[in-house]
Amino acid sequence: MRTRLVRDAIDTLALVSEVGRTGNGATVLFIGTVRDVNDGRAVSGMEYRAYEAMAARELSDIANEAAERFGTPDIVIEHRLGELKLGDASVAIAVAHPHRGQAYDANRYVIEQLKKRVPIWKLEHYVDGSREWVGAESAASSGVDALNVLTGAKDSR
Amino acid sequence: MNVTVLLFASYADRLGMGSVAFDLAPGATVADVLGRVQALPGADRLPREPLVAVNERYAKRDRVLFQGDEVAIIPPVAGG
Repeated sequence: MRTRLVRDAIDTLALVSEVGRTGNGATVLFIGTVRDVNDGRAVSGMEYRAYEAMAARELSDIANEAAERFGTPDIVIEHRLGELKLGDASVAIAVAHPHRGQAYDANRYVIEQLKKRVPIWKLEHYVDGSREWVGAESAASSGVDALNVLTGAKDSR
Repeated sequence: MNVTVLLFASYADRLGMGSVAFDLAPGATVADVLGRVQALPGADRLPREPLVAVNERYAKRDRVLFQGDEVAIIPPVAGG
């Protein structure tokens, strides 16, 4: 297992090589890339920032959970921070397993948990010159439901 | 006791700062820190019930704090 926050371009095929072993019959690579439209607005680029110490720890926890749950140590996760262009890979997750079912499931688990828990934020840059934090809520909204899920998840582990 | 509070992303922008330190009475909780944060100028633009982490782990409102703890107010995460 290996997890890392990186500043430079992710070498996605290197991740595939890293998880490859002859005992594995299946490798699943997920790549998240910067899209040119979000919520109907034309996007020109993206900036990712993180609470780095916590993000690194959460990524590592997620990899360990996936390894235990799906039965493979061959998991590599890289998430990029800083300024990204359209089409750049923001995240790459490689999972290899003797069997395809668990490889797909483990990879899916990692990305879904990452999106719920890892403290990373993205500042979207729009073609019209404006910028906005993705998902930033209004003063009226509440994080209590999310908190109950997150701290509940911790308690059950 | 001194506790550092970290602010990120939209929350840092709305309060115009990335961190703030508070001197709190012994036994103070996450809820007490949130009360202090919500008294800062610009805090009316934060949600009333944000996510909070203590020493890099998500924490509930009744979590008791100790000298040197690092509290972070966590905006909705958007990685991936």
